[in-house]
Amino acid sequence: MSTLPAKAKVVVIGAGIVGNSVAYHLARLGWRDLVQIDKGPLPNPGGSTGHASNFIFPTDHSKEMTAITADSMRQYKERETFTECGGIEVARTPERMQELQRRMASAHSWGVAGTKVLTPAQVKELVPYIDESVILGGFYSPTVGVVDSVRAGTLMREEAVSMGALQTFANIEVLGMDVENGHIKRVRTDHGDIEAEYVVIATGCWSPKLAAMAGAFIPLTPAVHQMKDIGPVPFFKDTKGDIEWPIVRDMDTNMYERQHGTGLEVGSYAHRPILYTPQDIPSNAAAALSPTEFPFTQVDFDLQDEHSLELMPSIIGDENIREKYAINGILSLTPDGMPIVGETPEVKGLWTASAIWVKEGPGTGKALAEWMVLGESEIDMHSSDISRFHEHQKTVFHIKARSGEGFNKTYGIVHPNEQWASNRNVRLSPFFEQEKELGAVFYETAGWERPFWYESNAQLVEKFGEKVMPRTAEWEARWWSPIINAEHLQMRETAGIVDLSAFVIFDLIGPGALSVVQKVALRQMDVAIGRVVYTPVLGINGGFKSDLTIMRLGADHFRVVTGGAHGMSDKKWFRDQLPVDGTAQIVDLTSNYTTIGVWGPKAREILAAITSANLSKETFKFSTCRTIEIGPLQVLASRISYVGDLGWELYIPMEQGAKLWEMIWESGKKYGLIPVGIGVYGTTGRLEKNYRAYGAELETEYNVVEAGMQTPKLKEQEFIGRAAHEKHRSSNPVTTLVSLFVDDHTSSTGEKRYMLGKEPILMPDKSPIVDSHGRRSYVTSAGSAPSLGKHILMTYLPTELAVVGNKFLVEYLGEFYPVSVAGVGATPLFDPTNERILS
Amino acid sequence: MDVLVCLKRVPIAGGTFLLTADNRDIETKHLGFGVSPHEENAVEAGVQLVEQMGGSLTLLTLGPTDAEEQLRAQLAIGASRAILLETDGQDWDPQATATALVEAINAEETKFDLIFFGAESADSAGYQIHIRVAHALSRPIITNVKAMTVINGVVNCERIAGSERELYEAPLPAIVTVRDGLNIPRYPSVPGRIQARKKPIDIKKAVPRVPKLEKLQLAVAPSNSKGAQILGEGEAAVPALIEVLKKIGILA
Amino acid sequence: MILVLVDHDRGVLDPLSLRALTAARKLSADVQAVVIGRDGAKVIKEVGEYGASTFFVATNDVFADYTPMASGKALLELVAKVNPEAVLAAGSPRGNEQLAHLAAFMDLPMAAECSSIKIGNPHQVTRARWAANIFEEALVHSELLIATILAFSVEPEMVGGTAELKEFEVKLEPADTLVRVIGRGSESKIGGISLTDAKVIVSGGRGVGGPEGFGILEELADLLGGTVGCSRVVTSSGWRPHAEQVGQTGTKVAPELYLACGISGAMQHIAGCKNSKTIVVINTDPEAPILSYADYAIIGDLHKVIPALTAAVKAARG
Repeated sequence: MSTLPAKAKVVVIGAGIVGNSVAYHLARLGWRDLVQIDKGPLPNPGGSTGHASNFIFPTDHSKEMTAITADSMRQYKERETFTECGGIEVARTPERMQELQRRMASAHSWGVAGTKVLTPAQVKELVPYIDESVILGGFYSPTVGVVDSVRAGTLMREEAVSMGALQTFANIEVLGMDVENGHIKRVRTDHGDIEAEYVVIATGCWSPKLAAMAGAFIPLTPAVHQMKDIGPVPFFKDTKGDIEWPIVRDMDTNMYERQHGTGLEVGSYAHRPILYTPQDIPSNAAAALSPTEFPFTQVDFDLQDEHSLELMPSIIGDENIREKYAINGILSLTPDGMPIVGETPEVKGLWTASAIWVKEGPGTGKALAEWMVLGESEIDMHSSDISRFHEHQKTVFHIKARSGEGFNKTYGIVHPNEQWASNRNVRLSPFFEQEKELGAVFYETAGWERPFWYESNAQLVEKFGEKVMPRTAEWEARWWSPIINAEHLQMRETAGIVDLSAFVIFDLIGPGALSVVQKVALRQMDVAIGRVVYTPVLGINGGFKSDLTIMRLGADHFRVVTGGAHGMSDKKWFRDQLPVDGTAQIVDLTSNYTTIGVWGPKAREILAAITSANLSKETFKFSTCRTIEIGPLQVLASRISYVGDLGWELYIPMEQGAKLWEMIWESGKKYGLIPVGIGVYGTTGRLEKNYRAYGAELETEYNVVEAGMQTPKLKEQEFIGRAAHEKHRSSNPVTTLVSLFVDDHTSSTGEKRYMLGKEPILMPDKSPIVDSHGRRSYVTSAGSAPSLGKHILMTYLPTELAVVGNKFLVEYLGEFYPVSVAGVGATPLFDPTNERILS
Repeated sequence: MDVLVCLKRVPIAGGTFLLTADNRDIETKHLGFGVSPHEENAVEAGVQLVEQMGGSLTLLTLGPTDAEEQLRAQLAIGASRAILLETDGQDWDPQATATALVEAINAEETKFDLIFFGAESADSAGYQIHIRVAHALSRPIITNVKAMTVINGVVNCERIAGSERELYEAPLPAIVTVRDGLNIPRYPSVPGRIQARKKPIDIKKAVPRVPKLEKLQLAVAPSNSKGAQILGEGEAAVPALIEVLKKIGILA
Repeated sequence: MILVLVDHDRGVLDPLSLRALTAARKLSADVQAVVIGRDGAKVIKEVGEYGASTFFVATNDVFADYTPMASGKALLELVAKVNPEAVLAAGSPRGNEQLAHLAAFMDLPMAAECSSIKIGNPHQVTRARWAANIFEEALVHSELLIATILAFSVEPEMVGGTAELKEFEVKLEPADTLVRVIGRGSESKIGGISLTDAKVIVSGGRGVGGPEGFGILEELADLLGGTVGCSRVVTSSGWRPHAEQVGQTGTKVAPELYLACGISGAMQHIAGCKNSKTIVVINTDPEAPILSYADYAIIGDLHKVIPALTAAVKAARG
């Protein structure tokens, strides 16, 4: 082995499928002087790639994961390391059959080819060794396959080497990392130090340990996935290859069975979560097998033996078929189940792609390389962005609690609105107790407990009767209440008070602050002090990086207010744009301020009763903010609305929040003020007003013109994404965001059904709708519009189809419902002239 | 034919040995546990005998509560029941172990026709427990057995000695210690695992005795990890390999 | 005085016994030796040269061949007669077995496989465990020390001298002679697995490519008087029977020569072959993990190297 170079442009740590893919794609994109190291031997250094089951099912409910998986499959196929065998997810319960229909819909939304829902007899035809009497059906994916991830990674590495871009060194242990001025400087190893501009941590379950060397966090936990290989199976005696029979996922028991040569591999995600810390993982030398193949613990697999026996009695029940091999394999789990990709928010130049499974490895490697080299990946990776984590989400406690809870959901039926049970009540607003008394039903965002609706408003359901659009089907009624719609209707009549504590709030201050916000925001930020600007934030290719609100509080002082879920990524994006000379700084005020929203026709009267400030529409104009006195409190009041009614967001220091709530509450009594939950704020109010949401309608894959959010005039100042945006403005959009009404909700059984989001929108002949850039039409947001008496779906349609009145179908749980275009572009369906907001 | 197999729970060692902080035991945090290798052959021999001749196969171990895991695994191979003499998890010296085993065997109603041991334990290699048990039970003992048959109340055995095989025989009841190579131990089947969960394990407290062979502490032997000498590339390296084969006596 | 059991097989000395004699001589100036069976008297010259002053020969008609329990009985009688501080033997299967019988007769502790001994009260020993990967320091609480000497922990030292022969007839019970060697053969009459006995194993892994690839391995193995082994991936792929699998979940082997062809060397495989005397690797990948456990390696394609090797072996044999 030659000696390690003293300097490199990039050091990639890890030679599993992820590290190999990152190294290859960096080379392909033209970077040179790359060094890859691993503490183990090659080609299998002993990480999770080496013992992975290596099969790929293409469909996921997440668009991002499905896209990354599809790209990974393409890369495996290019290297002839993919064997197609098909796969079937089988259902043992009616709930699971419904879930399989949902998977069909996701397959159609994301464009996965050839999927079918099968009867038990059809499953049996494909998998003769299954006992079809224990199943109700199956979801068949003909494109499922098995990959050779070690070989694919080796080829990628070799390709990078042959480009003259990469040197790889095995058996190198990283001892430390040096950071200077917040930037990665050097990797220290047992074979010498390497100075580097960039370091990529691609070390799977070891990643937290390596990140910690630089003072960064990669919040994942190593966990056990059990598998057992039995054989030889007489039925498979003539099989020639590694895989010839379809892989079976027994979803309801959290298991899978796959033929593997003449054997059968049985894997499980059903056992108790067995979590470790990276420090628990032995060195290659101390490990009994490989560091990530822990000794099998039969007692955790006892139940799984019985489950597999039920499903495949002719094989599992054969006493002559013996266990050949069994391990507790180590994989990485994260608290929200998504991978961890991107530049660490703590250390510039320190990147990672961690908690990646074999099915995502090559695609993630490509995306990360694009992000590093080009500034943005082709596939929008925001759900995987490492900067999404709030501080409390980086604690070992949180990681273990949520990963443990999430583990058994690996094959679970997870409702789109399902809430976590563990580690709750971490961030509480100052009025949490009052909300509890009002019967608030709390949902969690970024650790904050947010009332989704209030049981104290239950009597309103009776008042509004059918207008609340009651749901009888359990699936849509789960994690939902008709009270949400009742609150909505009452707010439109009187007023509602909304807890907005989960906002992420940070200030940009200093002489350089204006140029930073100008650079980030699409809209003109050189506005009068006291103006509030809602603005898209664009990526370099002109797609959406975020949308948020910025208040100008002074010449050199801007306050950014953004959602809790995405706020940490926004903060990093702003921080990345700070000038090196220090003339602008970011101050995070999230925990300093709480926010209360008051909206509704009575909002002005309610506030006027407790403030001497002039709240008239002439004096306190829409889109402005100012500090007003409410009793003993100095309150920053901002007149904007995300729900479509007159009102204010009120910013107040955290410790005074309870007092402000109490004063508004008392004042509101005689005006009919009610508490209103996030169900209204996030969905019903927003959808009636056609407001777009980041992560739903707004993604880097769509641009401002397509979303119908371009302003007549473009500001003169430079901003990120300007060149792309100008191009978008100068041509007609190929796709256009529209609102759809569901014309008939009645299912084949006569029940009214309500879509929840992500369903495919299809032509009347059920064929998919694909725009000229290959993007499919699917429901980006779905929800009630109680004031309109309608269920609204938002979707992008090819522009030529985006005509009011055009009719389409939406596929929902295996049935097709007629929908028609109700609105095109950003004009609200409710109160289109914004009379209410501007009143 | 009633057969007893004596087993020991031992860690399955990895590439490198690590010791606990007090240097009294090997660090097992990363290790799984099994039975000593030769004992798998003993269980297999027992299962085969009972398959051929009928009767019962019983397992006996002395060890910590966790040794139930090893008993269940071996019950899954085909034994009908097991006895666990529960200790505090410390190493017992050979005399104490043998005494506890003898007491347990004598307490059994079944008078075992054959008692099997592995030729040596993976961990302590004391080479004596089986002989002490044989003396205490006044039974003949044949050790290090690589091949075996039982015919008409007599066990016939072979043992490797240099390039030859020695033949032994003994009338039943007898004790036999077996070596790897006696047979191919079968692995459990899933139905075997499921049945094993329901098989009885008698758990008895074992009474410790003052050790006469008293462990003070352990040390790891200096590593002799080598790293290969590269003889060359492709066919060109064959002559060098021929020299090596001559040097190590494979070729004259 | 230290008494050393000198082992022999029908009059042929076990050279490990000389090491036991040397180990004893380092503990005491007064070393005496004992041999079981009249045939053993032939080795008196070596016993004297390696430092024993007296050479006891236990006699009885059953001692024509190895009779382990009777050996224990003979030692028991002699110990009672000569009252040594310690009884030592080589740490061989026979040495361990015969001293264990003595220890069982006397109900005294025995320390097997010792690499160092300090006579005292208690005695202090260092003994090998875990196939000599671990050494244990231990105390032996008994007046008489019964211990065997770890093979190769002592180099034999010739000191010159002669031993005085003293025969004694041993009284035996029928039970003492129940188990003894009753015959011999070069081939197994009953069966067993050839893999563990093989002196040469030619083992193939994924790199062999398929069941048909094993033909060249078989030919080479036959030529070297060995047998074929394989890795787990080979048996899981159904290329070869499980009986040939070397590894933690297969057979553990310790041949003179282990030739690993196209095997990368998963730990589970290493665990099964690491005790081989010499490991030679043929592999295309110079970074394959098995190289760090091997003695020699050829970097190359086994499909070319093995036929060349087979031809060269044939040529070398003329």
